[in-house]
Amino acid sequence: MTTQPTDLQDERLIINKGLGGAIKKTRNRIKSGDLGNLPVIIGLLIISTIFQILNRFFLSSANLSNLLMECSAVGVLALGIVLVLLVGEIDLSVGSMSGLSAAIFAVQFVRNGLPLVFCILLSIAAGAFIGWIYGQIYNRIGVPAFVITLAGLLGFLGLQLFVLGATGTINLPFESPLVQFGQQAYLGHTFSYILAISIALVRFGLGYYGATTRRKAGLSAPSLTSIALQSLFIAIALGSMAWYLNKSRGIGWMFVFFITLVVIMDYALRRTSWGNSVFAVGGNREAARRAGINVKGIYTSVFILCSTLGAIGGLLAAGRLAAAAQSSGTGDVNLNAIAAAVIGGTSLFGGRGSAYAAPLGMVVIAAISSGLTLMNLNSSIRYMVTGAIVLLAVSVDAVARRSRTSHGRA
Amino acid sequence: MSNKTVTSEVVLSLKNVSKNFGAVAALTDVELDIRAGEVVALVGDNGAGKSTLVKILAGVHPQDVGVVKIAGQEVHLASPSDSIKYGIATVFQDLALCDNLDVVQNLFLGRQLRRHRLDEVTMETTAWDLIRQLRAKIPSVRIPIASLSGGQRQSVAIARSLLGNPKLIMLDEPTAALGVAQTAEVLNLIERLRDRGLAVILISHNMDDIFAVADRIAVLRLGRNNGIFSANQTSRKEVIEAITGSVDNAVTQRAEAQSK
Ligand SMILES: Nc1ncnc2c1ncn2[C@@H]1O[C@H](COP(=O)(O)OP(=O)(O)OP(=O)(O)O)[C@@H](O)[C@H]1O
Ligand SMILES: [Mg+2]
Repeated sequence: MTTQPTDLQDERLIINKGLGGAIKKTRNRIKSGDLGNLPVIIGLLIISTIFQILNRFFLSSANLSNLLMECSAVGVLALGIVLVLLVGEIDLSVGSMSGLSAAIFAVQFVRNGLPLVFCILLSIAAGAFIGWIYGQIYNRIGVPAFVITLAGLLGFLGLQLFVLGATGTINLPFESPLVQFGQQAYLGHTFSYILAISIALVRFGLGYYGATTRRKAGLSAPSLTSIALQSLFIAIALGSMAWYLNKSRGIGWMFVFFITLVVIMDYALRRTSWGNSVFAVGGNREAARRAGINVKGIYTSVFILCSTLGAIGGLLAAGRLAAAAQSSGTGDVNLNAIAAAVIGGTSLFGGRGSAYAAPLGMVVIAAISSGLTLMNLNSSIRYMVTGAIVLLAVSVDAVARRSRTSHGRA
Repeated sequence: MSNKTVTSEVVLSLKNVSKNFGAVAALTDVELDIRAGEVVALVGDNGAGKSTLVKILAGVHPQDVGVVKIAGQEVHLASPSDSIKYGIATVFQDLALCDNLDVVQNLFLGRQLRRHRLDEVTMETTAWDLIRQLRAKIPSVRIPIASLSGGQRQSVAIARSLLGNPKLIMLDEPTAALGVAQTAEVLNLIERLRDRGLAVILISHNMDDIFAVADRIAVLRLGRNNGIFSANQTSRKEVIEAITGSVDNAVTQRAEAQSK
């Protein structure tokens, strides 16, 4: 018998080797209710097929390129929502926060003529401060986040209208970098391919480094072939995506910015002690406290991040719209952000989800919105369809949760 | 079982500790001293206040009155992180693990290696070392706690208390769910900890286990001290009488009936 790696010595462990093994492992995982990103990807395929049949323009390069731009601003809000959902709480006020942030920016930048960077930082600081206030109220007084942020939803909407003043809408100059970023900044063709290949190479490098350290320590590790295949797949997928989008305007910088935030958040959640603590607090708050985790600090950090991301999303939306309006961040913005996080697979019960839920869920929502707009259907239908999909996503979450309990993966 | 007369330093000492839950006086004027290299068994009926005492020392909920001294210094254990800081490690009766995290994440919760770029490899190998040491039967350290059996979870909770060089380990019914071999390993472990100079508080309802490893046996009855016995100078009968509070109790009656 060959010597097994330390972590594979228990004879009850079902060891799946090679590519076939990997597929089998995934199938077992899904069967036991650990669905990961699968439901949302299947949903996306179904939605795309239906809309493509109904309207040939749907999957066109121009529409997809636009769709990715459209989903970036609210996607950043959704990323914040993922965080609060992970600790088992909710923030209903990200929409108002984004509107307020846009208003603060526009007033300082356009009316008072202050430097751009200062105005951006001011808006972001406002977001961080509001998140800190939420954390204080939550930790000290013990008001549920649902209620605190409901108050915030109304209060900051009022503040937004107050800041904007009598005129109501402030237009941002077209040449300003923020508007350029929101409307005109696309990756150069060559650069987009270089980026795709670099991502694959980095993935390979990290995978290879990780596998070697694991093997050196006597632990099991994926083979060189499977790492290489994975990286090749990433290169091909990203490369062909870039190629297709480059047939029209290409990939927007704003979308790249959004995805960068997602990648950073994913790292923070999975590879830092802060991230572990976030999951621990969401899974079992008392156990987290007894392990010596500063539970209140975790809540505060999460509220601060969520509101800050709300403020950043508001700036992106203002750039995209080239204005800060009374309607900025109102209407369905809030609910879309929350829906995106849930559709993307973040559990409402806390302690389960990933940063990638934000872009995945957001693309679904943007796809529905875009498809229905192409068919000249108005918001009435869009609201109803989005509502149905949210209900479906939450049901999938609840059913998967039950299945996990019976398969020991809760 | 070590028979040495314990003269080493007092690691922990409790004086007049009381704790009420609403109208229930869970602990009243409890006293206890524990020295380095000593195993003290804390025994008592269900609801006697054992877990309450453990939770006070673990910083889960502070006492209402009374003094806790660690190495002679009065301390205020206001939160679990205080206790951890003073070198107190605890295996809670309800284990206090996070179901959604895997074994490694649970073991290192609150004390991860390399906080900003987790050292997963070292943490995983350390986890395996601990599991081997306890002879725990855990198939993989990368599966969520929810998928482990009751005994496996208990092993994880015990393994966790060993990390981070504690001075005092409190085990609240650590072997309640364990198999025969794993129970023996935990008893071995307790002896090894004692030999390394740690203080151990063991809560158990199993007289065999208690007499196998304890140096002293502290009895709680209805939230009050009801005698502290030296394990090699007392009998089970005496301890059981102190626990139940009467000479004529169900345990002795059964024993007499069987010997007839
Ligand atoms: N959080 C709490 N709130 C209210 N009462 C409590 C709480 N914890 C314990 N008690 C009460 O305190 C008393 C002592 O409980 P404790 O858990 O310390 O008993 P124990 O000695 O550990 O018993 P067991 O052997 O069953 O574990 C019980 O009467 C219990 O009802
Ligand atoms: Mg108890």
